[in-house]
Amino acid sequence: MKRTCYVLLVLLAFVCVVSGKDAQPASGDDPAIEKRLTNLSKELRCLVCQNETLADSQAGLAEDLRREIREQMKAGKSDQEIISFLTQRYGQFILYRPQVTPTTYLLWFGPFALLIIGLAILFRYIRQRRDTIPDQPLTSEERRRAAELLSAESGKESA
Amino acid sequence: MGKYLIPLGLFIVLTVFLAIGLNRDPHEVPSPLINKPAPAFSLPQLKEPTKTFSAAEMRGKVWILNVWASWCVTCRDEHPLLLEYAKTGAVPIYGLNYKDQRQDALAWLDELGDPYVLSAADLDGRVAIDYGVYGAPETYVIDQAGTIRFKQIGPVTPDIWNKQVLPLVQELNRQGNR
Repeated sequence: MKRTCYVLLVLLAFVCVVSGKDAQPASGDDPAIEKRLTNLSKELRCLVCQNETLADSQAGLAEDLRREIREQMKAGKSDQEIISFLTQRYGQFILYRPQVTPTTYLLWFGPFALLIIGLAILFRYIRQRRDTIPDQPLTSEERRRAAELLSAESGKESA
Repeated sequence: MGKYLIPLGLFIVLTVFLAIGLNRDPHEVPSPLINKPAPAFSLPQLKEPTKTFSAAEMRGKVWILNVWASWCVTCRDEHPLLLEYAKTGAVPIYGLNYKDQRQDALAWLDELGDPYVLSAADLDGRVAIDYGVYGAPETYVIDQAGTIRFKQIGPVTPDIWNKQVLPLVQELNRQGNR
């Protein structure tokens, strides 16, 4: 079983390495820009194949968008300017990490709100339980049995 | 009994959310361009490449811009519908020939008919990027002031045409004539 798992893990790692290989830049001459392009396009969704990043996708549109980003970088635009250029056209959906705006508050803070609600419910439940289950002191018979069990346990350990 | 109502309620809410979420087409991304000015462009015409067509020429008219390409399979499905819509003369349909080869595009129109008043040739897809195109066919309804009022990703089915596009065009024309 352990061996099967191991083999599977190795295979999985191999798959990751293969699929993680970035699409080759079509015309990269400036290494600094290519590096910026790769970093930025990993944050961007390819809209044609929606679970791929713009960096990984080989779709025609992804190539066009990479070209567009490359040209804007050469023209001296900042990453932020390029991101707003893209979101104006394709919407927040192109970002893998949506910006924090009123429409995305639920997305960003919802999980934390749920966590707090969950903790509050848990806390209330525990307190309620503590109140409803009264302390019951042990009877002398139970006390004797407990002492017996404890001494038997410690006797075993020291042996 | 009351104890079970809360989880049951939560379960129903979750089911409803999932039912809505899973039945949605993930390719239908709301366009941020609705009610924004249609991006300006000036492109050579497909049939007469020496002449240009620009969005600015359409000021004062309600018109439709349809993004198509000869390599686009769904466009072929949509094409007979566009021919029918064009025949009614309800609204002028202009084409944006997207990342296509000129000969292929012309052959396609020859073979299947040409519903467009004219098509602009966006051979490298730059104008399409301005319009947020990511899957042809896409269709835009643009009003007299040059504002995008409606966008359809994928084919304009007769249902969409009759229930959404036509009423919108008629409404826009009514407003414009006042």
